[in-house]
Amino acid sequence: MKRIDIVDATVRVLRRAETSLQPWILELIERAALNETNPIARFHLLSMLENVSISKAKGLPLCQDTGLPIFCIEIGSQIQLDFDLRDAIAEGVRTATKEVPLRPNIVDPLTRKNTQDNTGDGIPDVIFYYRAGYELRITAFPKGAGSENMSLVGMLNPADDPFKFILEAVAERAVNACPPLFLGIGIGGSFDMAARMAKQALLNMPGTSDLELDLLKRINSLGIGPMGLGGCTTALGVKIEKASCHTASLPVAINFQCWANRYATEVLS
Amino acid sequence: MEYRLRTPLSAADINCLRSGDVVYLDGTIYTARDKAHVRICKEGSPVSLMGSVLYHCGPLIQDNRVLSAGPTTSGRLSRYTEEILNLGVKAIIGKGGLPRKSFEGRAIYLSYPGGCGAVAASQLFIRNIYFAELGMAEAIWEFMAANMGPMIVAIDSHGCDLYDDVRKNVQKRLRSRFDVQTC
Repeated sequence: MKRIDIVDATVRVLRRAETSLQPWILELIERAALNETNPIARFHLLSMLENVSISKAKGLPLCQDTGLPIFCIEIGSQIQLDFDLRDAIAEGVRTATKEVPLRPNIVDPLTRKNTQDNTGDGIPDVIFYYRAGYELRITAFPKGAGSENMSLVGMLNPADDPFKFILEAVAERAVNACPPLFLGIGIGGSFDMAARMAKQALLNMPGTSDLELDLLKRINSLGIGPMGLGGCTTALGVKIEKASCHTASLPVAINFQCWANRYATEVLS
Repeated sequence: MEYRLRTPLSAADINCLRSGDVVYLDGTIYTARDKAHVRICKEGSPVSLMGSVLYHCGPLIQDNRVLSAGPTTSGRLSRYTEEILNLGVKAIIGKGGLPRKSFEGRAIYLSYPGGCGAVAASQLFIRNIYFAELGMAEAIWEFMAANMGPMIVAIDSHGCDLYDDVRKNVQKRLRSRFDVQTC
């Protein structure tokens, strides 16, 4: 595997993630548009579907917020690389910024100076997973700020009800996160583990356990609706990831994701 | 009701609109987000905002063409709303809403569907740029809007706020959160 293969694959997965939506997500939005009786909710869902077709036809980004670049790399144990993988992905991000193109979003957190190429200290964020075999899976997962800004970690008292915490957070914050939402939830572990699990949960959508479906139903019964203007479609998917935790702790993280749950994967071998 | 309006907007244009109405816009609109609001409040606006329409948006631009230009979260800019509306802005386009009180008797808030940047780009054309040194996302772009919409009047000038209505309802349902209701 050569460095240029990774650079090119990075550009391809980013372009695909920015300009199209996975078919299963489109199906959920189409179904929601049929089910909504609230005319404003229907109007918003139909605009979203129209946006996806225009974006795909013209090859233009779905949203002007092309996000903070996050990559999930699953690397086979038999793969040997003679170059810095993180560095190759960063080069792919710089190329994609010019070619897709992407809006320059990345700034220094204190001076707020924009790097103009969507890379920076620790950015792109690259998350590694080690697997058996000869394959390298690269997933681009650009994350918009509107929904990311609404995310939170709560260090609850073990006596607290985590689902009450989640429902209250969604009730307060969903309106600014471009609903209908996908909610990645991490329960347990530690402060940072909960947040990492919540982000990973967004890539393992949609949840199908009774617990997840029940939570989804309860969230949709709140009536927040598309763009927070009412309706029965507040979330399209909920996924919960769990880890064991300290007997004195109950960390709960909620990673909000807007209706455009953008990601794309490519497998290299 | 459905309306097609042309900028600049008059008090009469604003007065006849009610929350829930659908609006299409033609004419000049200005983008402004975080840094532009700080600059306008500190130094004044580089253009007259009397009767203007302000769009909370940080567009994606290439070769003087709008490629994607959906709304950004208005909530981050709520601290400047009063001051901005004092400059004569008649309509703010965004997502998520702003404090209703600032709009009473003088302006409206329009909801553009979030994430619909590709649709918006097909309705907007670049005329000018101000505060260009703030960069692509943060500069003030002067766009010519051609049948921009559809947008929903989410906050009208008569004290009605759809977000508030939903919020009150949500709080009521939250209190009985373990009784799943169908809608």
